[in-house]
Amino acid sequence: MLQLSPAPHITSPKNIKKIMYGVVGALIPVLMGSIYFFGWRALFLCSLSVLSAIFTEWIFQRVTNRDIRCLDGSAIITGILVAFNIPVNSPWWLPVVGSFFAVFIVKQLFGGLGYNIFNPALAGRAFLVASWPSLMTGNWTPPINGTLSGIPVLDGMTQATPLSLLIMKPNLNVIQSLNSPTMIKTLFIGNTGGCIGETSALLLLIGALFLFIMGYADWRISLSYIGSIFVITGIFYFLGVTPVNPVFHIFSGGVMLGGLFMATDMVTSPVTLKGRWIFGICGGILCVILRLWAGYPEGVSYSILIMNMFVPLLDRLQVRIFGR
Amino acid sequence: MASILIPIGILGGIALFFGIFLIFSAERFKVTIDERVVKIQEVLPGIDCGACGAPGCSAFAEGVAHGEYEVDGCKAGGEEVALQVAEIMGVVVEVGGEEVAVHRCLGDNEVAKQVANYKGISTCVALHLLGGDKGCQYGCLGLGDCVEACPFDAIDMGDKGLPYVIEERCTACGVCVRTCPRELFEIISKKHDIFLACCSYDDVKTVKQVCSRGCIGCTLCVKVTEDEIVTMDGDLAVVHWDKIDDNKLLEPALEKCPVNTYIKRSELKGAENV
Amino acid sequence: MQLLTFKGGVHPKYRKELAKDSPIKKIEPPEFIYLPLTQHTGIPSKPIIEKKDEVEVGMKIAESNGKLSVPLHSSVAGVYMGLVNWPHPLGGRKEAMKIKLDPQRTFEWKEEERDVDLFSEDQIIEIVKEAGIVGMGGAAFPTYFKMKVPPDKKIKDLIINGAECEPYLTADHRLILERAEDIFKGVEILKRVLNPERVWIAIEDNKMDAIDRIKEFSSSYPWANITIHETKYPQGSEKQLIQSITGKEVPEGGLPFDVGAYVQNVGTVIAIYEAVCYSKPLYERVVTVTGPVRDPSNFLVPIGTPFEYLIEASGGVFGGTMQIINGGPMMGIAQVYPEVPVIKGTTGILVQNEKETLEREVSPCIRCASCVDVCPMYLMPTEIYKFIELEDFEKAKELGVLSCMECGGCGYVCPSYIPLPQHFKYAKAELMKEKK
Repeated sequence: MLQLSPAPHITSPKNIKKIMYGVVGALIPVLMGSIYFFGWRALFLCSLSVLSAIFTEWIFQRVTNRDIRCLDGSAIITGILVAFNIPVNSPWWLPVVGSFFAVFIVKQLFGGLGYNIFNPALAGRAFLVASWPSLMTGNWTPPINGTLSGIPVLDGMTQATPLSLLIMKPNLNVIQSLNSPTMIKTLFIGNTGGCIGETSALLLLIGALFLFIMGYADWRISLSYIGSIFVITGIFYFLGVTPVNPVFHIFSGGVMLGGLFMATDMVTSPVTLKGRWIFGICGGILCVILRLWAGYPEGVSYSILIMNMFVPLLDRLQVRIFGR
Repeated sequence: MASILIPIGILGGIALFFGIFLIFSAERFKVTIDERVVKIQEVLPGIDCGACGAPGCSAFAEGVAHGEYEVDGCKAGGEEVALQVAEIMGVVVEVGGEEVAVHRCLGDNEVAKQVANYKGISTCVALHLLGGDKGCQYGCLGLGDCVEACPFDAIDMGDKGLPYVIEERCTACGVCVRTCPRELFEIISKKHDIFLACCSYDDVKTVKQVCSRGCIGCTLCVKVTEDEIVTMDGDLAVVHWDKIDDNKLLEPALEKCPVNTYIKRSELKGAENV
Repeated sequence: MQLLTFKGGVHPKYRKELAKDSPIKKIEPPEFIYLPLTQHTGIPSKPIIEKKDEVEVGMKIAESNGKLSVPLHSSVAGVYMGLVNWPHPLGGRKEAMKIKLDPQRTFEWKEEERDVDLFSEDQIIEIVKEAGIVGMGGAAFPTYFKMKVPPDKKIKDLIINGAECEPYLTADHRLILERAEDIFKGVEILKRVLNPERVWIAIEDNKMDAIDRIKEFSSSYPWANITIHETKYPQGSEKQLIQSITGKEVPEGGLPFDVGAYVQNVGTVIAIYEAVCYSKPLYERVVTVTGPVRDPSNFLVPIGTPFEYLIEASGGVFGGTMQIINGGPMMGIAQVYPEVPVIKGTTGILVQNEKETLEREVSPCIRCASCVDVCPMYLMPTEIYKFIELEDFEKAKELGVLSCMECGGCGYVCPSYIPLPQHFKYAKAELMKEKK
């Protein structure tokens, strides 16, 4: 008996599993870096988070009688990203609760893979920040071979990451060291305090480069997001609105992790090219506003979450239909 | 004291202003609604099946009030609704002749064999566009578009991949007739019991190849019945319901048909409880 | 070298190397041939002979039956066995004229060459109609009808389509290599009828040998401009070809002559040449038989030859036949019966064995937007698909589903294996139904 299937009868080598596990693969160097900086607890929290995400998805699909696809890779990504967004000396239940919220509330209740409005990992982070603010934003530990702020002289004086130093109205001395090339180098390598996966710009860039080359993420979103942050903080730096240079801004905090791995999430980013540029640029502007004037030292997660809400609107920006 | 009184005054003033504004606009822009439309809407089934020709129940209700549709136009509601609507409209309506949908194909998985292994979207319409996965190009595809479409859950898929009408629930609304890409459903009067369950215009050779109970165009049923109630359209027998008062007239065809394509509605699955 | 191209499109594995070096081979006709009355877009032809009549090669056996219809000619000499209900390569069964071959009467088409200048434009169109010529690139639209350009439309660009973007197929490639001069002669006839300002011959850059072959004649036919196109699917689509050469977009719902263009496939051009200069009707065509067959070939096939006969002639399939496709892998139609006949629009027969046949396990759409990036009609397949799932066909129409030409690009790139083109076909059918 012959098979009767609709055209086309060939497909490209790209498929969901490859995309999802490609992203997981791109996150592995970052994870190894965080183990190097923060010790084995980083791996422990990450594993817990992934297990919680997969288990939540499995339970949900089991209970609601859907196809079990908890191992398609998307839950693993969510798990890793949630863990990357928490400090390393968090209690063990923090990533577990975060992943549960991300997968159950943000992803599955909205219809599962492909239907969620918000990036699950970011929404999970937002939930954790709102529920346990002290654990999420005031609970930093320095990396094993470095200092919390990345500047040796200041460490004894203040318990702050580079970004939170900025919000404390620092003196000229501090600002000078924040703007120094050694500071930028430390930030680029990632040997400072911060969430598990956000510190090393270098490793994040390596992973993202792999995604861009494989076509598993769109470089336009990352470029427009990080690029607009760079340009706006650059202008502000010259105008004197922010005391630190734009390079410091894009390498500190979660800009790299957010711009390279979270804003580019396919499900929650626009489908048109025009939409993606707008998504990235507006996200960048929001991020700078939140960072410089809002209560939290960081603005990346909320800027992306807010832009996620605009995706259905941006999807209406259809390019003119051929010949119309 | 003033710090309490001033807000009270301001808020009270705002409330008063909006209250007056709302009263004014309610009077000024009042929409007059025909009371009968509301009443008719209440008695209609409210499932927007569209069988009456109107886009939905409320449109039908309005249409009836304006004389665009007949008072017994609601197919889904049947006799009961027709009587109620007639009462609201203050007219008399004659009811009678309930109808039911029949599925005119016997080609389940055993009778009509699959000839290809279909891998595509699981709707009859899509499969029909590809030519179908069964040998018969007129017969049921068995993917259940009708089951999905029926607003009354009156169609169910049988064990062998052939849908059947649950007559208890069928209102003869005609949604299945429009849904089936192969036009296998027909609305007939409930007084008819025997019907021809095949729509294949294929010649005898093809039918024999693809189906064991398809009409082979032998013309026997035309010969054994009287008054031209059955005629031939190419290789398919056609029953003329308008010429049949008494369903017994079809009994010779039921008995003589060599491939048992005539069947009794009352003996089908789905008619058991009626 | 300037490569012309269009926006969007995909780069599938072309696999043209399977059959591209196999010269066109004339095949011995099978014992029975089946000529469906529906071989073209439009009204089926009407038989004009009786059962048991003797037929000759090229004899008219069915006539044009209406405004958009062409005659049908016997492709073998033999006896007419009557109308049968026979599987059709476009799906289902349709009426076909069955002819039994008489092996004694072998035949070679010999007819004196005629001088084209003797005919007026209208006569040429009539000859093309009587020869039963239809578009041989797959669409099978009656060519005479297309040649009758409304008087208020002026053809500026005559484009000869040798792009052959569909993977696996090599029929046009071989035709260009082996019959380049005939193509030019055919274009001269088209030129006379349409009187275009420019003539373009479009070939993709994966057929450099064909481009070189065409260039050999460019001194004898100086009016021909040869354009080299980037190898990208669907470059051979009419609208994309016009866009990449002239930069103009055929308006939505419009036809090529609305932007002053006229596109004709190389196979059709050769058929026109043979019909006008040798009064030879269209009764045979070049068909590529490819895929996991022992000997992928390009055959010159009498129309009406069953697919299985041709697959047999190319050495049979290894690895277990799973799917037989009329056409190429991107737009081809899967067949249910191996005995379906070749019709005028059959460009190739692609066989897929167990290893190659797709096992689609459809996953949810992850909005990766690959389909949006590749759509050559600038549609948003993912959005349209979601509205079709909700059965909101009006919204799908608003988003341009009627512009979809089912090229298959979106279905090819979809990582979730959603059969998007089938959804659009379904939506279009539903919209047609509503219109009625």
